[in-house]
Amino acid sequence: MMTRRVFLKNGSLALVSLGFTPRFVAAAAGAANARRKVLVAVFQRGAVDGLNMVVPHGEAAYYESRPAIAIAKPGTPDGAIDLDGFFGLHPRMAPLAPLFQRGELAIVHACGSPDDTRSHFDAQDYMETGTPGVKNTRDGWLNRCLHAQEHERATPFRAVALAPRLPRSLEGAEPALAIGRLDAFAVRGGTGNGSAAGAFEAEYAQAADTLLTPTAREAFDAMALLRSVRPGQQPPEHGAEYPRSGFGDAVRQIAALIKADLGLEVAFAELGQWDHHVNEGGANGQIASRLDDFARGLAAFAQDLGDRMADVVLVTMSEFGRTVRQNGDGGTDHGHGNAMLVLGGPVKGGKVYGHWPGLAREQLWQGRDLAVTTDFRDVFAEAARGHLGVTNVAAVFPGHTPGAPLGFL
Amino acid sequence: MAVAIAVAVLAAPMAGAGPSANGIPDKPDGRVITHVLNRIAFGPRPGDVDRVRAMGLRAYIDQQLHPGRIDDSAVDARLATFDTLKLSPQELTSKYFAPLIEAQRRAAAAPPRDAMTMSDAAPSSAATPERAGAAASPALQDARRTAASVLDELTRARLLRATLSDRQLEEVLTDFWLNHFNVYSGKGVVREYLTAYERDVIRPHVLGHFRDLLGAVAHSPAMLFYLDNWQSASPDATPSIPPDVLARLNDPRLSPVARQRATARLQAAQAAQAARAKQAHGLNENYARELMELHTLGVDGGYTQDDVVALARIFTGWSIDRPRQGGGFIFHAALHDNGVKRFLGVTLAPQGEAEGERALDLLARHPATAHHLAYELAQRFVADDPPAALVDRAARTYLDTKGDLREVVRTIITSPEFFAPSAYRAKIKTPLELVVSTVRTTGADIVDTQPMATALRALGMPLYGCEPPTGYADTADAWLSAGSLVQRLNVAADLVGIGRPSSARPRPADGRAGEPVRGRGRAQLGSGPPRSQAIHVDVTSLAPDVSAASREHVIDTLLAGDASDATRAALAGADRPDLLVALALGSPEFQRR
Repeated sequence: MMTRRVFLKNGSLALVSLGFTPRFVAAAAGAANARRKVLVAVFQRGAVDGLNMVVPHGEAAYYESRPAIAIAKPGTPDGAIDLDGFFGLHPRMAPLAPLFQRGELAIVHACGSPDDTRSHFDAQDYMETGTPGVKNTRDGWLNRCLHAQEHERATPFRAVALAPRLPRSLEGAEPALAIGRLDAFAVRGGTGNGSAAGAFEAEYAQAADTLLTPTAREAFDAMALLRSVRPGQQPPEHGAEYPRSGFGDAVRQIAALIKADLGLEVAFAELGQWDHHVNEGGANGQIASRLDDFARGLAAFAQDLGDRMADVVLVTMSEFGRTVRQNGDGGTDHGHGNAMLVLGGPVKGGKVYGHWPGLAREQLWQGRDLAVTTDFRDVFAEAARGHLGVTNVAAVFPGHTPGAPLGFL
Repeated sequence: MAVAIAVAVLAAPMAGAGPSANGIPDKPDGRVITHVLNRIAFGPRPGDVDRVRAMGLRAYIDQQLHPGRIDDSAVDARLATFDTLKLSPQELTSKYFAPLIEAQRRAAAAPPRDAMTMSDAAPSSAATPERAGAAASPALQDARRTAASVLDELTRARLLRATLSDRQLEEVLTDFWLNHFNVYSGKGVVREYLTAYERDVIRPHVLGHFRDLLGAVAHSPAMLFYLDNWQSASPDATPSIPPDVLARLNDPRLSPVARQRATARLQAAQAAQAARAKQAHGLNENYARELMELHTLGVDGGYTQDDVVALARIFTGWSIDRPRQGGGFIFHAALHDNGVKRFLGVTLAPQGEAEGERALDLLARHPATAHHLAYELAQRFVADDPPAALVDRAARTYLDTKGDLREVVRTIITSPEFFAPSAYRAKIKTPLELVVSTVRTTGADIVDTQPMATALRALGMPLYGCEPPTGYADTADAWLSAGSLVQRLNVAADLVGIGRPSSARPRPADGRAGEPVRGRGRAQLGSGPPRSQAIHVDVTSLAPDVSAASREHVIDTLLAGDASDATRAALAGADRPDLLVALALGSPEFQRR
């Protein structure tokens, strides 16, 4: 059988020389294209307060440390949504509760980096390169996953960040697209006869530039596929309602790419404003409104995809956690351990994974932070191995020997 | 990466490129001159090729190597209104950044507590649109704008200089060395020091001696903060109160002057203790590692992890005097590791700050440094995979001249390898080179550089926005992807106004709204709503129509008269002058330099 990659190359040549419509290319290409396993990474930039996101309501020390911003116990007004008698979700994460109960959402608590930096800049870098403490790693862990799983059926949409810039996680040897908006991934000035896009395509189709011609072919393939499938323009399915936000737009478009069978294997989205040093709030306030966006986006994503979630694993991450004690300004400062969410059809959810180190003073890291008992790379590695089938995990996380699998996949 | 040039005409050596003591051809043709302008400048402006031919290529190159001899008053005049460019970090902090902190305090109704709020509050990704905050008060928004204007002016000035300065080699090298000694504007207080970093640390030395440049960077708060050295302290040397001070203070016979002096020492020691306790970070190896791997020896430079630790210990105490107030370099003797160090096979006796100078001497004159810098410069000026013989000769020049960067650059840009056919159009333009050369080559008139900065962000190369210490790559593989090519084509389309909303388009002669521009009037770079026509290119003068003559003029002006048959065929198919120009700017040839 003709491989996807070869097919696309030929398809685009045919498009130029014989005048086949892009719709033909995409439809035929789609038929030739099996559903793919998709790994989605969501970065909460700015260090989310994991203790108010996934609340250890069974810890007396939690309430002692946070008189003004703790989330009340389940069963009280504005209380946490109980998960297992010890942990609970922030009340504004209610849209995710059914997913936990259905077993599609797992949580890993007390995760983080072995590196002790409290710099956002360094910690995000370490998390994205997957090499804590090593500053000059050039490529990201997601790109190394792609590299480890290189195959001939790769399409231009194999790795996509719904972001204006390619994140460090996706930098590296394997091609990856950064697309702010799918409908803006085009040469400006329309398409068709006499358009700039058509003229550029013809120009590059004839060119014999060893580097630029193949790249252009990929670019025009990608644009043609997008034009014909228009994944950004289909309404969400199954009654899913995405929040009107940058994050909502990003996950909506990732879902659209998955449904369009364009060959997506790794996707990336991000959302910021988690750095609540001042007036963090509890059940209401700043963190509540950010978690509302976050949870509604994820829940809509799962609902929109429906059965297609069987192909999807989504992992959330944030560079470090925040201090256990609230500070003098009703906020929290840069801490250490944090919580990660793992969402998807293949996930063995309904459980909070990881070893809980406790919040009593003597149990805290450096006397102030949630200790890290699960290296974030172990969560990534389990997703990469368990979902994408990456066997050479050592190549993805150089210098790291993963611990025993947590078992969420 | 071996680049096979697809342009058939290059099978023959470039005209006049006969072998000589250096490689500068005696009678360069337009292609050769364009090649030089694409490498030691950000591309030719209209008329540049004739000007260089008139003065002589040799003289032009020599003049570029001595930028002080070139009158640049026109650009200086344009930058005269950029107030922040002249200010010290202290002035910038008090006038531009302190008001923001004050406004944030007021907005939060209480001062931020954690020191890290101020030092490192910005999330690493500039790509987080929500970050600005939805419900900021007008006062806070004003303060944010004021603070942002510092980096904004620096960016505008850089783009204006790159585009308009006649000291083009100096601009190219400023870009090179800023990237070599990369710092990231998004990390903490770096943005408060960036203006001074470019102006006082990098620019004065780009054609000077490397040791001076290296020393200036090592003392710069921007680098000390970016790579965390300002916090690095000897792990075991907890500063103690010198016993002799206590003994003297306890001596009742001490003269008032001596007592005053001893009291001052006691206070300094106590302050150091407090600083040490506050920082509590211990040894930080970041700067030491990058100093060897990136700034000097190179990753294969033959150093060991022991050397990294030794160098980090040598630089303990190299810090910033009050970084939140824009203070300068300070050596904290109390934080310095006073043990003996063994570094690169040399034993360094405890000498305080002087140890660092000694280490910089050793690094600057190391053959691995010579080779590493020669390789990087040759990669910038000649090819992604530069000829080994050229790198060796440039390294030799470096060692022979004790690191005279002017002579190293001269060796490279006058070499036969530089003028070899294999070097012609061998480099893929970086986004910065593409955007600046697009504006230069078309002779566009810049009202506002903002669209250029926007295009650079879209292309993944925001100025001062490279997070990792490696800086941006200078090789084709880093800059060529399907996504980035679409953006490159849009740079070309934008410049001639293709795809601009019809209300923003120049009205065609017959007044039909929404019709494509028929080569009349002016256009702008930058998508979206019109930014008061920020960058004008006169499409009419480049291509009055789509005749063969017009086409030849476009190929001559924008592509040095050298276009492949495929590109010529594509241009011949253009039915509108704006498209003709866009196809030339978007062509494979124009993506190369």
